[in-house]
Amino acid sequence: MADKKVTTASSGLAGVVDWVDARFPLTSNIKNHLTEYYAPKNFNFWYFFGSLALLVLVMQIVTGIFLTMHYKPDAQQAFASVEYIMRDVFGGNIIRYMHSTGASMFFVVVYLHMFRGLIYGSYRTPRELIWLFGVGIFLVLMGEAFFGYLLPWGQMSYWGAQVIVNLFSTIPFIGPDLSEWLRGDYLVSDATLNRFFAFHVIALPLVLLGLVAVHLIALHEVGSNNPDGVEIKNHKDKKTGIPLDGIPFHPYYTVKDLVGVVVFLMVFAAIAFFAPEMGGYFLEANNFVPADPLKTPAHIAPVWYFTPYYSILRAVPPIGISQFPGVAAMGLSVVVFAFLPWLDKSPVKSIRYRGTLYKGWLTAFVVSFIILGYLGTLPADTWGQFGAWLGKADRATVVARICTVIYFLFFILMPWYTKRDKTKPVPERVAH
Amino acid sequence: MRHILLGLLLLPVLAFASEAEITVKAPVDLGDQASLQRGARTFVNYCLNCHSANYMRYNRLQDIGLSEKQIKDNLLFATEKVGDTMQVAIDPIDAKKWFGATPPDLSVEVRARGADWLYAYLRGFYKDDTRPTGWNNTVYDKVAMPHVLYELQGVQVLNHETHALELVKPGKLSPTEYDEMVGDLTNFMAFMAEPAKQSRQIIGIFVLLFLGVMLVLAKKIKAEYWKDIK
Amino acid sequence: MSDTKHDSPSGLSFQPPTTIDLEKRKFLIQATAATGAVGAAAVAVPFVGSMLPSERAKAAGAPVEVDISKIEPGSMMTAEWRGQPVWIIHRTEEMLAKLGGHDEQLADPELEVPQQPAYCKNKARAINEKYAVMLGTCTHLGCSPNANFAVTADWNGGFVCPCHGSKFDLSGRVFKGSPAPTNLVVPPHQYLTENTLLIGEDKQAEA
Repeated sequence: MADKKVTTASSGLAGVVDWVDARFPLTSNIKNHLTEYYAPKNFNFWYFFGSLALLVLVMQIVTGIFLTMHYKPDAQQAFASVEYIMRDVFGGNIIRYMHSTGASMFFVVVYLHMFRGLIYGSYRTPRELIWLFGVGIFLVLMGEAFFGYLLPWGQMSYWGAQVIVNLFSTIPFIGPDLSEWLRGDYLVSDATLNRFFAFHVIALPLVLLGLVAVHLIALHEVGSNNPDGVEIKNHKDKKTGIPLDGIPFHPYYTVKDLVGVVVFLMVFAAIAFFAPEMGGYFLEANNFVPADPLKTPAHIAPVWYFTPYYSILRAVPPIGISQFPGVAAMGLSVVVFAFLPWLDKSPVKSIRYRGTLYKGWLTAFVVSFIILGYLGTLPADTWGQFGAWLGKADRATVVARICTVIYFLFFILMPWYTKRDKTKPVPERVAH
Repeated sequence: MRHILLGLLLLPVLAFASEAEITVKAPVDLGDQASLQRGARTFVNYCLNCHSANYMRYNRLQDIGLSEKQIKDNLLFATEKVGDTMQVAIDPIDAKKWFGATPPDLSVEVRARGADWLYAYLRGFYKDDTRPTGWNNTVYDKVAMPHVLYELQGVQVLNHETHALELVKPGKLSPTEYDEMVGDLTNFMAFMAEPAKQSRQIIGIFVLLFLGVMLVLAKKIKAEYWKDIK
Repeated sequence: MSDTKHDSPSGLSFQPPTTIDLEKRKFLIQATAATGAVGAAAVAVPFVGSMLPSERAKAAGAPVEVDISKIEPGSMMTAEWRGQPVWIIHRTEEMLAKLGGHDEQLADPELEVPQQPAYCKNKARAINEKYAVMLGTCTHLGCSPNANFAVTADWNGGFVCPCHGSKFDLSGRVFKGSPAPTNLVVPPHQYLTENTLLIGEDKQAEA
């Protein structure tokens, strides 16, 4: 009889949870990360993009798995297998468009997420590691996009990969051997496609998942920043230890994020179902021509999310015959984000309490970034004709150089202008 | 009238630019099944002799209102099956010998070039004796393909002063009829480039409607819970 | 402003909901979860469906036409349909006569298990009794049985599976004691002409 009592007490769902809890920290994890993770109550629009990035990651993994079931990483069959997915596989076109739209939307979301970090100083103490993991995620994501873009084996895939791999050959001394090693051939070929496939579907996704996990663990350890840039942990309820300006992530932010998710999915579906090419920015027209190693298309440009860096590459002049400075500048333009936590010397975090100096530089940076991105989509022969008002022969290059300088000065001068900036007093508690 | 029409339509097409600006919209209407069916017939009769459409299955033509029997009787060779893809009649190696290049597969041509380009291309052939085939094209300079449809269109020449095409020898079809025919062909090739486009858009409408409902619910839940927040 | 915001008795930024609120929330959650479940099911359609045979597989698995005029009486040919062997056995009068003689040794002589289309549920298990049509795949574990048409005292001719010894007669009916549980499968088929067989599609499907 006593036995029976025990079984009834722990029967049902609660019983299962108890059983698991005795063996695995299920309930405590749910508490730590959801129901008793206290997030500042003043999250605004910009705070949707972290959850959304996670959503897109899951979508990319799921659609990717199903694409892998039909795709052939073989130079003879790759292009045809993509059309096979688009036509012969039930639902294949929807899955493929979800994946191709997801690739671009991933960058949209991640760029906005990073911008949030910039304006609210989310990289500052004690969140340096979160930021570093985030930069790592961004780098891996770029690799993921680059490797994935070769797989449809269209003209843009092929020549994009050719150009990017050749960038490595500009590295002094080891460059040519390095790029040959990366390709596994003297030009981008079947061997390259096969290894890019391996990187795209297994190697980088594993790294990405690991980085996302540590990004979140670090975040939940120190707690979320907020639009005011004040630490909610400084004012806790004496009895419970709950931050006075904090609210449990679940249910409050789960229901709020649900709204964001639905709105995002509406945008996503509108693109995926009605404009999957997005005017040639998400899927380029030339990529519907199978890769031809003997014929470069007239106009090759990277996909939109790479164009700012591509512009920097084109803007930096070669030294002698070496293109390496451009390549180095391009690499640095991405990696430089990692130094932000130590470059920013301002006493305040959030843009709300910063002075005009910082706001001015940030605006200049964003404008430069967008102009560089726009210039990067233009064909090489347009460079030199853009911006006639400047009255110079090589106008696009001049504009790109100015923007490149501003881009880097934003970082280089940051210790100086953030220290000099006239900041406003930061409230003790979250204001709005 | 004919000259004015052609002149008007092709006036902006530059003579020597290899990628002239296309200003005429192709008459693409994926809902017009009669046009798509006429285009399919033209495609099979003319294009498929030299070009393949290896990703397009004949039975997909059921999407434009043809029955399996109609496809079998009108469009297939005796040995082909309705589930086959649109294979080319000539040997690609022969084709390379004759044209200098294997004629490209046309399955996704419209996605690569755009329907407007294709429409301009099909109407843009003109006599040019400097070319090996005797033909050149206003939107594809030094094109390797001869003007397969010249019997229908007639012979055009390029007026180098006005950059307009002029019909010097009428073909079997009047210019209006010819434009309609290549319009149907372009329409069909636009369909063929993505046969599932229309069904995709219909699904998209339902997806958006569903998400609209979800949005209402999500906003209600959010408002309800956030009553707790001070 | 900020002072008034923080002067609730507990000092926390959130307060427990009232009972009325809880009722309303329960309803809203159920409605959203139900709608979400519908959406999730709809999203699953293309993913699950993508694993079905594709149009290419269907085209490759399309019905095959077979010319049966060349099969000598008393011998067989193997056609291929959907990548599987399809046997067509031209049975002689003698063979057909003997087929009725061993019903008591068979597991399912009356063809109760629907291993054949309705139009083949007859004595000869065929449309035209001369020709037996069946998938050459053992119903036990999928090996392809071997033909043994040599008649002996206790064997009227049939098939023996090399894997586990299942025995079938010339109509593909399984003998008792075989590991195979059922008779061999008769695929849908029809005669286009007297000598042309279409395997993979029957008249009912066309109607």
